[in-house]
Amino acid sequence: MEQTEDIKFTNAKKASIDDPVEVKHRATVSREDRSTVGEIRVDSPRMSCTDVNVYYSGQRAIKDINLDIGNNEIIAMIGPSGCGKTTFLRCLNRMNDTIKGCEVTGSIMMDDYEINSREIDVVPLRAQVGMVFQKPNPFPKSIWENIAFGPRIHGLAQDKTELEEIVVTSLQKAGLWDEVKDRLDQPGTGLSGGQQQRLCIARTIAVNPEVILMDEPCSALDPIATAVVEDLMDQLRENFSIAIVTHSMQQAARVSQRTAYFHLGDLIEVGITEEVFTKPKHQLTEDYITGRFG
Amino acid sequence: MSAHHQLEGHTYQRFDGELNHLHLSLLEMGGLVTDQASEALDSIKHQDLVKARKVCEREHQVDVLEKEIDSRITAILAKRSPLARDLRGLMAFSKAVTDLERIGNEAVRMASISKIIYENEVSNPSSYLLHDVHAMGKVVCNQLKESLNIFDLLDFERAEVLLNNRDELDEEFEVGLRRLTTYVMEDSRNVGHVINIVLVLKSLERIGNLAHNLAEYIVYLVSGEDVRHSESNA
Amino acid sequence: MSKKASSYDDFFASRPRTIDLVKKGLAKRRAREKRFQLYGKLAIILGLIFLLTLFTSIVGNGYTAFMQTYVKLDISLDVDALAIDDPDNIQQLSTANYGGAVKAALRTMFPEVKSRSDKRALYSLISTGATYQLRDRVIRQPELIGQSITVWVPAADDLDMLMKGKIDRDVVQADRRMKDNQLVWVDKLISEERIKKRFNTGFFTSGDSRDPELAGIRGAVMGSLLTLIVTLALSFPIGVAAAVYLEEFAPQNKLTDVIEVNINNLAAVPSIVFGLLGLAVFINFFGMPRSAPVVGGLVLTLMTLPTIIIASRAALKSVPPSIREAALGIGASPMQTIIYHVLPLAMPGMLTGTIIGMAQALGESAPLLMIGMVAFIVDVPGNIFDPATVLPVQIYLWADSPERAFVERTSAAIMILLAFLITMNALAVILRKRFERRW
Repeated sequence: MEQTEDIKFTNAKKASIDDPVEVKHRATVSREDRSTVGEIRVDSPRMSCTDVNVYYSGQRAIKDINLDIGNNEIIAMIGPSGCGKTTFLRCLNRMNDTIKGCEVTGSIMMDDYEINSREIDVVPLRAQVGMVFQKPNPFPKSIWENIAFGPRIHGLAQDKTELEEIVVTSLQKAGLWDEVKDRLDQPGTGLSGGQQQRLCIARTIAVNPEVILMDEPCSALDPIATAVVEDLMDQLRENFSIAIVTHSMQQAARVSQRTAYFHLGDLIEVGITEEVFTKPKHQLTEDYITGRFG
Repeated sequence: MSAHHQLEGHTYQRFDGELNHLHLSLLEMGGLVTDQASEALDSIKHQDLVKARKVCEREHQVDVLEKEIDSRITAILAKRSPLARDLRGLMAFSKAVTDLERIGNEAVRMASISKIIYENEVSNPSSYLLHDVHAMGKVVCNQLKESLNIFDLLDFERAEVLLNNRDELDEEFEVGLRRLTTYVMEDSRNVGHVINIVLVLKSLERIGNLAHNLAEYIVYLVSGEDVRHSESNA
Repeated sequence: MSKKASSYDDFFASRPRTIDLVKKGLAKRRAREKRFQLYGKLAIILGLIFLLTLFTSIVGNGYTAFMQTYVKLDISLDVDALAIDDPDNIQQLSTANYGGAVKAALRTMFPEVKSRSDKRALYSLISTGATYQLRDRVIRQPELIGQSITVWVPAADDLDMLMKGKIDRDVVQADRRMKDNQLVWVDKLISEERIKKRFNTGFFTSGDSRDPELAGIRGAVMGSLLTLIVTLALSFPIGVAAAVYLEEFAPQNKLTDVIEVNINNLAAVPSIVFGLLGLAVFINFFGMPRSAPVVGGLVLTLMTLPTIIIASRAALKSVPPSIREAALGIGASPMQTIIYHVLPLAMPGMLTGTIIGMAQALGESAPLLMIGMVAFIVDVPGNIFDPATVLPVQIYLWADSPERAFVERTSAAIMILLAFLITMNALAVILRKRFERRW
């Protein structure tokens, strides 16, 4: 009979609320520790960053970032606003050069040459590392012109037929061909948001880069358009390395192979996407992806 | 970091509420099935047919709770897309529900055996035959209570202690079987009772294993490590 | 948490309903709203009234300048009257006494006029332009020599004014430009239907003249046109180049700050200062011709450059950075980015700024006075090195002339200047609309 009396477990719950019990976190790094957790290096990386710092007019925006970007992988960068993920992304093709008062230190290696050096000409670099921006930003010109601009300025096509081939293939790769093949002479700005973003992706792949940087490419798109773009990324992975910054953790989880979590300028955790989203090693990562941030 | 905060502190406060409600419902179900198990054991111990019938009648309540908790878990998965600890928590809860329901089933099975033993006109089994049922029942009940406590407090360390002692129950079962074999060899008329008692022992062993599963889920929830099927390493 | 929430609820529950408070102040709020709009409307109405007054006064004064009074004369072109002996000799034809023929025609119409002063009064009804018109006609058609022809010749300015009702017949003779006997002759001419008003083509085809009935706007229009061409050809490329460099390439340092401040200051410098500069540098130092559109254009270029640079920089600034990023992101060089993407988008703004600058230049007179474009120039300029004057200066000159008939010509010239300005502004709007693209 005595057994049944202390079986009322639901009462025990109340006691636990008043008197919380300390729980040991076996694999979780505490909030105060800001060193990077996880596998920052990969075998034969496409790009390799060492001790990258970015200063905006003297203010340190990102701190000692070490990270590799592998071949044929999608690496997602997540983190709260202002954590430096976009800043880091823009280091990878020197887009930070366009911002006044921005200084980047550290080393970013690609094909055995140093990207982050004054001697490097950014034009070939950006042809090699393309970028897709948060807001779809097609040129206010025709769809054809949008795609043909890159190949033309880089002299990628010998003649008109070759250029046409590049434009058509790029549009096909971006999954936009069927939707726009009858109106290539119409302005790119007349397309829907999702189509515009795919046009921007087509414009980027027309230059045939080796790495594509994407800065929140789906933040302005509806779920269907987002799904199309994500599917596209998955296909592009066969030929390109992709680094994507996103605010949507679900998106990061869906598209990426590796995930990096940034927090207030620190790279907190890098790891296989499945692991980061099921059992993150760092308390800050866990707080962020479970929605306990702030 | 307190256990209490494990499931709280979301920016969405309603999410906290939903998770806590789910946790409480699971504990309620745990309390119910523990009660069922100990009532079934009592009915065997005290030859109490009323209790045995009560246990069979209450099976329905466990089923209702199981269904309700399952649908709530589905709803949370759909609405909140939980990740990391929340995701592990929900997976743990979802599995725990199934296991708790199985514990309930085993309790009912024991109650049914109790009815079979005492409703027949045949003489009741002697107390030495039931010794192992009492001994093992006590251990299992304590382990079940302990695992529910662990489940309540999300207590990782106590869970590890419990899992390290999981062989204890198996040994108890082996010992019981051996002893019962000797009774059958002594007096073959004991066979009928021994069969029933072995079934009860088997149920108790299952309940014990399911209780260990609950502790394993807590280890998974807290640390992210899957410690199932790793007895040899433990 | 729950305590906090309940006190929150209590706080709002104890307050009066928002809608009641809102309704209480609503009437006052609406009245204020109406008053605020009324001030705006009044300002617009006031502006419109001023504009309307200006236009009615100018048009009212000036529309008559587009008509001109002509007198029909029967002129006999016999060799004696023209004082020539060889009708085939061009030299003789151009120096023949056409004035005498005109006067003879008048004398035959009014044989009763005998005295010298009366004759002079009679001759003064007809413009001296009649002589030139007759000469041109004879040189064109020498076969007319020996015949008697009927021609319409322009009336003198006084007769023109009389016919346009600008001379009051009821005023005493001493205070009137037309004497009584002249009025009698005019009445006779009218009764013989020898006077009529026709469209004044001469106003658009001839240059300046001391005689109002012969004065035309063509010289000033051509002068303005040539000056503006020089201004545009210089200020647009220089302005755009300066704006592009400052906006897209120049580093942010003290020097560029100084340049920026100075460009803004330059826009506020009084225009006459540019005139002095032009006089000192272009004419005195470089020895360029006085009164020439090329110098005028250079001076106006100095004046409009700040306007164009400021407008162009604003237009460049308004091109969204996303377009630049898009182009840079696929590896375009800064120059390719600017030429292919930034400039086309900034063009409407730049053109608008340029046209506004041109309109300013068109209406400018002060700096041109300093470089001698105020001279009396009869000939229509053919190139940018010919002496010329411009529309606003022409207006100033005519407004300064004593003849009554120049009043209406001044107003007519103003109307033409305004028409040019409106056309240019309309052009600015059309260009902006046409080049404007959404991004």
